[in-house]
Amino acid sequence: MQWEVVIGLETHAQLNTNSKIFSGASTAFGAAPNAQACAVDIALPGVLPVLNRGAVEKAVKFGLAIGAKINRKSIFARKNYFYPDLPKGYQISQFELPIVAEGELTIQLPPSTSSGQGYEKTVRITRAHLEEDAGKSLHEDFHGMTGIDLNRAGTPLLEIVSEPDMRSAAEAVAYAKALHSLVRWIGICDGNMQEGSFRCDANVSVRPKGQEAYGTRCEIKNLNSFKFLEKAIEFEVRRQIELIEDGGRVVQETRLYDPDRDETRSMRSKEEANDYRYFPDPDLLPLVVDEAFLDAARKTLVELPREMCERFEKELELSHYDATTLTATFDRAIYFDRAVMSLGNKNAKLCANWVTGEFSARLNREGKEILFEATRDKWLLVDPASQSSKQEDLPELPISPSQLGKLVVRIADGTITNNIAKKVFDAMWAGEGDADAIIEAKGLKQVSDVGAIEKIVDEILAANPGQVAEYRSGKDKVFGFFVGQAMKASKGKANPAQLNEILKKKLAG
Amino acid sequence: MLNASLKQLSALLAEGKLSSVELTQSFLDRIGQLNPSLNAFITVDREKSLAQARAADELRAKGGAGALTGIPVAQKDIFCAQGWLTTCGSKMLHNFVSPYDAHVIEQFNRAGAVNLGKTNMDEFAMGSSNETSYYGKVKNPWNLDAVPGGSSGGSAAAVAARLAPAATGTDTGGSIRQPAALTGITGLKPTYGVVSRYGMIAFASSLDQGGPMARSAEDCALLLNTMAGFDRRDSTSLEREKEDYARDLDQPLAGLKIGLPKEFFAEGLSADVAKAVEAAIAEYRKLGAETVEVSLPNSKLAIPVYYVLAPAEASSNLSRFDGVRYGHRAPEYTDLLDMYCKSRAQGFGSEVKRRIMIGTYVLSHGYYDAYYLQAQKLRRLIAQDFVEAFKHCDVIMGPTAPSTAFNIGEKSDDPVSMYLSDIYTIAVNLAGLPGMSVPCGFGGNGLPVGLQIIGNYFSEARMLNVAHQYQQATDWHQQMPGGI
Repeated sequence: MQWEVVIGLETHAQLNTNSKIFSGASTAFGAAPNAQACAVDIALPGVLPVLNRGAVEKAVKFGLAIGAKINRKSIFARKNYFYPDLPKGYQISQFELPIVAEGELTIQLPPSTSSGQGYEKTVRITRAHLEEDAGKSLHEDFHGMTGIDLNRAGTPLLEIVSEPDMRSAAEAVAYAKALHSLVRWIGICDGNMQEGSFRCDANVSVRPKGQEAYGTRCEIKNLNSFKFLEKAIEFEVRRQIELIEDGGRVVQETRLYDPDRDETRSMRSKEEANDYRYFPDPDLLPLVVDEAFLDAARKTLVELPREMCERFEKELELSHYDATTLTATFDRAIYFDRAVMSLGNKNAKLCANWVTGEFSARLNREGKEILFEATRDKWLLVDPASQSSKQEDLPELPISPSQLGKLVVRIADGTITNNIAKKVFDAMWAGEGDADAIIEAKGLKQVSDVGAIEKIVDEILAANPGQVAEYRSGKDKVFGFFVGQAMKASKGKANPAQLNEILKKKLAG
Repeated sequence: MLNASLKQLSALLAEGKLSSVELTQSFLDRIGQLNPSLNAFITVDREKSLAQARAADELRAKGGAGALTGIPVAQKDIFCAQGWLTTCGSKMLHNFVSPYDAHVIEQFNRAGAVNLGKTNMDEFAMGSSNETSYYGKVKNPWNLDAVPGGSSGGSAAAVAARLAPAATGTDTGGSIRQPAALTGITGLKPTYGVVSRYGMIAFASSLDQGGPMARSAEDCALLLNTMAGFDRRDSTSLEREKEDYARDLDQPLAGLKIGLPKEFFAEGLSADVAKAVEAAIAEYRKLGAETVEVSLPNSKLAIPVYYVLAPAEASSNLSRFDGVRYGHRAPEYTDLLDMYCKSRAQGFGSEVKRRIMIGTYVLSHGYYDAYYLQAQKLRRLIAQDFVEAFKHCDVIMGPTAPSTAFNIGEKSDDPVSMYLSDIYTIAVNLAGLPGMSVPCGFGGNGLPVGLQIIGNYFSEARMLNVAHQYQQATDWHQQMPGGI
């Protein structure tokens, strides 16, 4: 039997407002337990929620960025359930009328061994709604008791719900990455997955290929890395297929992924699921977004990935492939954009080659990713597999965009050859200084002095009379031998075009 | 002094004939003497009250006194007051000392008023007789065997028995007006959104509204001037220009159009209440008003609608009382669920439990549309009735409650008959309109009768004028319970 996988994602993006969604308490991460929980967050008797305008702006920005419908009137509802880290006994969320509805996101699937050709796909986004986060229950160090930390309670979240449009773990990961990139791109979420600022729930089901009706789905909760997302889905797909093929039935339930054992486990079944008794929160008026508010949000919106991609193609004359590759993630796109900006938009193709080539290869080799921290305007190196590092502890990226730009300039203006540039790049990565200083210190300047090159060529021709004779008798292939010898003699610094010209002239006799 | 109006007390303070400390002391003494039999107060704290009185006297000495500076006001125990035990009439909060002030408390503090103590109330404001309080029943000063009404029964009894010159109350379905009627005092529930709900422990958020309870309309106007005002911490608080609710008190009533809803004078209304209310209306005609019959055809639905919506909101509002962060926690439990169940089972009384169960039921999957949504639709129809009626009149009048105060225990085993005592008041909350109760006579049993005045949105100043003119012409509001 051929199976088709069906995946929809619910993503919680923590909005990077300074204060909470319904109170004035700070949202900063890492404070002492309950130091950032005010009367409203603790849900003292008599306190009331007041909506944070900044959170609404960010939700609207997201809606605009995915070409969605912004509901002019949306409603906050109470989702009622008891849990110790849910202080009010209900979560304020949006249920029937969310602020954002019906958008879409285009994802890029790179060529791979399993899927073959790379392709583009558009994933529909059903809705995105505002809600508050809960606190945390701490089960360690309390001698059989549970500690409650309400610092996170009331942190604004945007829950983004996709249609079940993804057909593989790879597509789900591509969608999650594109979404992650987008929320950072438009500046509404710091995207810090280690701190839980961006986390996904995956709804996974399988059906026989060709069947229209969906299979029974399971929801895997709280996946906070792309790797876990991929592994959890892959495991769950295998589990469901094996279960059905062995004559069993998939039961609708909520499951948790255990990365240590690489498996998903049942958390609660549909029968055990809460009846959340949603109803409109009478403490909050309907949220009305007017034209002026929309316009203001539109004005704060930066150039979006698809717009930047078009600009790269049109103004920088890059290929569609280069432009989409460069704009696939926020940090690399901004990196390239800043590098090419430092070049006055000249030599864009060369710059693109360096960013997608040498620069990316270096990151891949080291297993690192770049991270742009907009608030400090710093470029950092992050290890995507690591769970612990705080942003302030991360090392800085050794080559800034403008430093890369300077290297590209030196290639373009003939100061160094492309091959020598790789050496310079390595030295820059090792922190030896910027391009010019390294070229100077190591004497890597390209030799474009006709006299100097002629001297080298003369010496080589003189030292290899046999090969000269061969060439002159019609064996053109020997030409490469002379180029190699001359480059070696010049330590790679000879201007290749000039060298070719001089060699040809001298060999012609 | 016991019968002096707030204006008179304020004048005595201003003239230096009386200090706030003396005034406060004398009311504290009277509370000490009479509260044991009335049980109107849950918490009295002489030191705290006197400290505020001293501060008020100092403020006055510095020339910073306003209309309420130095005046003792009893606060319903639903308002959080910093450093005060704030129980909401429940065992659940028997140990809750509020770390913050409600907006209403802040406003009184800013005005230099003295908090005279926290008054008894039905548990979480759920009741019409003050019998559901964990802190014991409140007695009606006119007859100690009768209830004072509820839920603001402690405030009503305190004002009626002259234990306090004025008090605050809250009104979700009649909880200011009905006890005001049953104890012969004047009470006003403002338009929804006029008084901030911040720090007022929520019963049914879309209906709750704080308001003044005093002996006269004039006193209520002064209190409302302090209580009302925009508060950004309550999203349902209305941003309007500050107004002086006493500005129209002396306007004559000639030309006033009074709407009389025929539904309010039908079956279920006791004869002596009908008689007193009709006499009051006759008095208004004498004052130059004309009357016109109006109809509120959907008002018969008010009680069923209310008993869907209010418990629905309450069931959710009361979820925070879980024993985790404050309030009552069961001394022994086996696990988390057991802790929740035992803490709530022990902390809540039976009427609160009944309403949590009703509310949980009507919000449940499969019942929501039939109950909650349907009730919301009917609520709009009920409000629409008033819009129609106010096309033909300036104010609506009728009885506040169907009978005078009933006896303690008389209705406590029959919730539906208890709920019916709010039959004339509940529609006003559902519509968000302002409503008042004004003393207008006595029943055959010698117990007070209240006249209800319902105004259009934001017409509090006009209503107070209408009530004040009546009180200039009559002396029902000056009657004092004989036994105490």
